[in-house]
Amino acid sequence: MDSAAAALLGMGLAAAGFAGAGVGIGYIFGKMIEAVARQPEAEARVGKYMWIGFALVEAIALYGLVIAFIIMGLRK
Amino acid sequence: MAEDITRFNRKYESAMEESPLHPFELHNWIPISLGGLDISINKAVVIMWVVVSLVAVLMVMAGSARKLVPGKLQSMAEIIVDFIRGMIMDTIGKEGMRFFPLIATLFLFILFCNLIGLIPGSYTVTSQIVVTAVFACLVYGLSLVMGFFLHGVKFLGILVPPGSPAWLLPLMIPIELISQLARPISLAVRLFANMTAGHVILGVLFGLAISSGLLIGWLPFAFTIAMNGLEVGIAFIQAYIFTMLTCVYLGDAFHLHGHDEHAH
Repeated sequence: MDSAAAALLGMGLAAAGFAGAGVGIGYIFGKMIEAVARQPEAEARVGKYMWIGFALVEAIALYGLVIAFIIMGLRK
Repeated sequence: MAEDITRFNRKYESAMEESPLHPFELHNWIPISLGGLDISINKAVVIMWVVVSLVAVLMVMAGSARKLVPGKLQSMAEIIVDFIRGMIMDTIGKEGMRFFPLIATLFLFILFCNLIGLIPGSYTVTSQIVVTAVFACLVYGLSLVMGFFLHGVKFLGILVPPGSPAWLLPLMIPIELISQLARPISLAVRLFANMTAGHVILGVLFGLAISSGLLIGWLPFAFTIAMNGLEVGIAFIQAYIFTMLTCVYLGDAFHLHGHDEHAH
């Protein structure tokens, strides 16, 4: 296989990691809604942790993006 | 009109072929070299000056003429100070208040860097990994220094989770060591990657809006507006996460294994 094609494939595979972050973000918001439905007065405190969890999950997806950029830099 | 658009398309496509990261490249405006050190003035440096002076002027103005019934500016400053104080009290406790100036400075600097970067034509300083890495190393180094200062050699016990059986130690210590060393890296990469990725996504969407013509191009253009709103939220959340994790790491140094009575 051409090395340029392999690099493109690698970048695509690195981006596929976003699927996991999608599952994670869906899980976080789903559980948040569940928790607030059970105990509406806890919304402010649960919400704080939800946003932290959301940002952590999103950051992990972006590590995949960083790897894609590293491969792009190595391509030449 | 159509000719204009196609000419613009061609120009844009040739620019896109370079790299989606090319808006993040910095060019020296005033090259200065001090004994081999490159301390040139470029766009990021100027924006950092702007951020520092903006924060300083805003906070000094808010704090100089204090009233019992606060005005708009004073209310904003009070909300920020209250927010950061609550964050420190929740994670470190009362003894962490001596780090209030450091943590407040970090929060305000990162927040204003993120927000100023959203103005078109400006520059996001936090999308340079060198900036975020210096902050992360500073924070992590400070937590290590504080830990060894307060607990002495016993601080090495942070590598042993409480209640782990002795036969697991050969496995637990390397794992904890790696997780400790990953802290500054993840702190730096999280902020840098979030800021970079947001701007790359905006750039790609604008590219779509321009290259797909007027008939359908309004759709990605409208989406860029929504994305901008999300980016404002991300700017706040990332500044919050960075300072929150700073507090958590400092809190680990203060209370080994988190045996603290004010957990609530």
